[in-house]
Amino acid sequence: MVQYAKDRRYLESHEWVKLEGDEALAGISDFAQHELSDVVYVELPAVGDTFAQGDTVATVESVKAASDIYMPMSGEILSVNGELGDSPALVNEDPFGRAWFVRFRPSKPEEYDALLDAAAYQKHCEEEAEKGGH
Amino acid sequence: MKEPLIYDISSPGRMAANLPACDVPRAPLPKAYLRQALPLPEVSEVDLVRHFVRLSQLNYGVDKGFYPLGSCTMKYNPKVNEDVARLPGFVNTHPYQDAGTVQGNLMLMHGLQEFLKEISGFAAVSLQPAAGAHGEFTGVLMMRAYHHSRGDQKRTRMLIPDSAHGTNPASTTMAGYETVKIVSDARGNVDLADLEAHCDDSVAGLMLTNPNTLGLFDEHVQQIARLLHACGGLLYGDGANLNAILGIVKPAALDFDVMHFNLHKTFSTPHGGGGPGSGPVGCSATLAPFLPGPIVTEELVEVEHEHAGECDHEDEEGEEVYRYSLEMPASPIGRMKAFYGNFGIFVRAYTYIRTLGAEGLRQASQDAVLNANYLLARLKGVYPLPYDRTCMHEFVLSGVLPGAPGVHTVDIAKRLMDFGYHPPTVYFPLIVPEAIMIEPTETESKQTLDAFADAMLQIAQEAKTQPELLHGAPHVTPVSRLDEVQAARQPVLQCLKG
Amino acid sequence: MPYLPNTDADRAAMLKAIGVKSVEDLFHDVPAALRFPELQLPPALSEPEALSELRTISEYNVDLDHAACFLGAGAYHHFVPSVVGHVLSRSEFYTAYTPYQPEISQGTLQSMFEYQSMICALTGMDVANASHYDGATAMAEAVVMALGVARGKRRKVVLSAGVHPEYRAVVRTYTQGMGLNVTSDDQPRDAHALAALIDTETACVIVQTPDFFGYLADPDELCALSDAAHAAGALFVVSANPISLGLFKPPAEYGADIVCGEGQALGGGLNFGGPYLGYFACRQVHVHKMAGRIVGQTVDRNGERGFVLTLSAREQHIRREKASCNICSNEALMALAAAVYLTALGKQGLRQVAELCYHKAHYAAEQLSGLPGFQVLDQRPFFQEFPLRCPRPVAEINDYLLDEWGIIGGYDLGRKDPRWANTMLVCVTELNTKDQIDDLVEALGALPDQDAETEDAA
Repeated sequence: MVQYAKDRRYLESHEWVKLEGDEALAGISDFAQHELSDVVYVELPAVGDTFAQGDTVATVESVKAASDIYMPMSGEILSVNGELGDSPALVNEDPFGRAWFVRFRPSKPEEYDALLDAAAYQKHCEEEAEKGGH
Repeated sequence: MKEPLIYDISSPGRMAANLPACDVPRAPLPKAYLRQALPLPEVSEVDLVRHFVRLSQLNYGVDKGFYPLGSCTMKYNPKVNEDVARLPGFVNTHPYQDAGTVQGNLMLMHGLQEFLKEISGFAAVSLQPAAGAHGEFTGVLMMRAYHHSRGDQKRTRMLIPDSAHGTNPASTTMAGYETVKIVSDARGNVDLADLEAHCDDSVAGLMLTNPNTLGLFDEHVQQIARLLHACGGLLYGDGANLNAILGIVKPAALDFDVMHFNLHKTFSTPHGGGGPGSGPVGCSATLAPFLPGPIVTEELVEVEHEHAGECDHEDEEGEEVYRYSLEMPASPIGRMKAFYGNFGIFVRAYTYIRTLGAEGLRQASQDAVLNANYLLARLKGVYPLPYDRTCMHEFVLSGVLPGAPGVHTVDIAKRLMDFGYHPPTVYFPLIVPEAIMIEPTETESKQTLDAFADAMLQIAQEAKTQPELLHGAPHVTPVSRLDEVQAARQPVLQCLKG
Repeated sequence: MPYLPNTDADRAAMLKAIGVKSVEDLFHDVPAALRFPELQLPPALSEPEALSELRTISEYNVDLDHAACFLGAGAYHHFVPSVVGHVLSRSEFYTAYTPYQPEISQGTLQSMFEYQSMICALTGMDVANASHYDGATAMAEAVVMALGVARGKRRKVVLSAGVHPEYRAVVRTYTQGMGLNVTSDDQPRDAHALAALIDTETACVIVQTPDFFGYLADPDELCALSDAAHAAGALFVVSANPISLGLFKPPAEYGADIVCGEGQALGGGLNFGGPYLGYFACRQVHVHKMAGRIVGQTVDRNGERGFVLTLSAREQHIRREKASCNICSNEALMALAAAVYLTALGKQGLRQVAELCYHKAHYAAEQLSGLPGFQVLDQRPFFQEFPLRCPRPVAEINDYLLDEWGIIGGYDLGRKDPRWANTMLVCVTELNTKDQIDDLVEALGALPDQDAETEDAA
């Protein structure tokens, strides 16, 4: 059963963002980790880097694929999740919790409202699955 | 069935090599520069030989059985080529020897340049690139140099079909270009409308594989060239699939501007477990100045006859005498590697072309295409065929078998090993889900093809009735299915302690 | 016809099964006007004719079985133990493809894993890949890797003039579309002077050891250079002659981040310049940015140890336009040759080969420096090559050496650089006997004056 955490918003490209005051966390969804299957490596940005919404902020590698991860909102990186270096499997095990990728300070908080909520994102995923992407 | 690591067979004090003693006075060594430890193995010659012989026996090569890897052209590697490549006159020559002392080598290289020009129709060839991808990178750099030479700096994009081999976009990026994907149409051709929509003066060129990675000859290849040239772009040819068209059509006649050859595919040189290959590049006269160098040039030499005062171009037997030299093209992109290319591979390819001749090369392509179409005819009723057209030297099926929902291409591939076959190329090209790409080559007999087809049909049956045989495959190989996730999550990439 | 097993009967049966009349019908997609061109190629040769023809061609060469060789400059005439050729001739190795199906490729995979281990042993690095095309392209890939480690934010490369001129040319060729500033090799600079050119724009600093002229750098100086690079956030790249590493400090000990170079000397043979072997190794922390194929150890479903290609998501077939390197075919069989060579020589043997090269080269230098008109240029430590200033152009001397003495002389340094006119780079390996060296000395000692030769010709 694919999970869709309700306390956050999503991009169609399967990133999630969760606001925490004037900071935010970003990661990838349960649907995404299912698609990727076993994650073997996560490449994260440097602290202090800034990105615009939609810029490539990280890369996730499985055995047979590599996926770019896009910044869900514009902002400056405050910290990156060091645990993912030793335990990339966390992305498969706990994509909404321990496998957050970056903590950042959103520079345009208004971008959040235009993102998909859990229900809209779930609908998008179900449509995508039906179209036969394996 | 595990072979110990060479380090685990080692024992201090053993050595396999038998070196001469030092016959000169010993000079003082600079102590501060010397290393202390050197953790290399220590084995006797017999243990060394047994180790590598046993390792070899864990391998599967073309000499063991059918190896239908699509786009790799795993044809038989002639043994006479191996003998010739080992002639001491070739092996024991240093690349910096004076040209006058290596006329044999230069003559062979020049001959190979000329053969490749004749086969392809191109005006000029450089043998320097060491592999197909190296040749692709070369070609893209040449295209860039050409545009820049005309003061055209605004071409920043390269068009690449969605069926292309990954080396095409990777080479493009290395040259500083942006990749733009062009979709394929329902018949597996480059979609002309999509191509036309993208052809403008920001485009440096299109990288086209023809026949393509679906094994199909593009039905509009001449229109593709026209569209591209009309917007000022160049047409690059990925020659990986040249085995389908030797003596059938010349790429230059299809208006390609530059192309790489894969000597280790089309011209029978061995794959070596991953290399060495050789990726010469051929091009039009317009692009010839930009080839990387050096290349070999030929000059007719004046020969004085015995009769005083006579001087003509014939030696005593009446044959022309040439001198061969290494020269840089007029405005080369530079050097793609040190020295001149993989010479040992040139010797093999040259010998192959001399052995087959024009008729043999055409027959090779005809038989390659015939074999592929035959195998396709035997399999297409059972395996889904995404593009139902006459194929060239290879074809692509899908591993999604009706009535076998849990079975994937990887399971079919692994099960083929139990039947004694190397699997075909799988999961490529990307535009066919669960792709299986089969290229038999011309060096296989109908018997071999029939036996392979029988195995594939049996596996299709097993997929429906006994899928666990596929999921658990391979069963009879030296190791069973390996954990690639662990290999990547916890990389162990060498065995030195500490 | 050779290698084409199908008979006309086979072909007829296949055409029938396909449902076409003739094989020409299979080419209906090829534009009709262009179909079946004539190829003007020499008539096909039978096997004995091919052997004879190619043997004749090979005999137009002067090969090193028939002439003493003092030529190096990036390609070296070393002893290749007989076992190397025999292992490489096993067709299970040479007729195999890239080991993408690991269950039936454990021979290739384990031998590459062992090769990687031995390269780490030589260089002191943590990880090595399964080969690049040659030492020059390996160096170019080191530059690209350094750009990746710097996340594309640095565009400068500090390159020593001591690096082989063709390697420096290849680095420039490879990076011509990358908007880089490759600098600092316009004139010779010692480690101290190179360090002064490093700044926060620098992605990497590159040196070669021994350098192109044969000189060894002081490890302490290289340490200081490496510290300077690291202080500025740049990588330190060392291109090292692998035979020299049998004797001298592994570059890890003076701070290298990447060690690469030409592995031809490790059992590859000369082969007129190729196929050669680009070896490449780096520190663990950078492994995800290293290009090329990498073999890793793992287990199968029964818990048995096995080997697979790993970290493949870096490579072109997965990353495509986002791959840092396009490499597909590499030099696997030459890496196997290196693995066999390093195994055959082993811990003691490689050091012995290096010592033989060192002592013989130093003997040659000492003897040659006694000849009037000749001068061994520098007293800096060297390994197996040294520049020798000569009284006449090197090209003339080499013609004389070959014609009169059957000796292939050293590299003409003045060929590319007029500052080095009349200077020969003399190379000595373990294959040069004392007699050969003494003959070289005698030959050069008997070198006629220019004037004497002109008189003779008149």
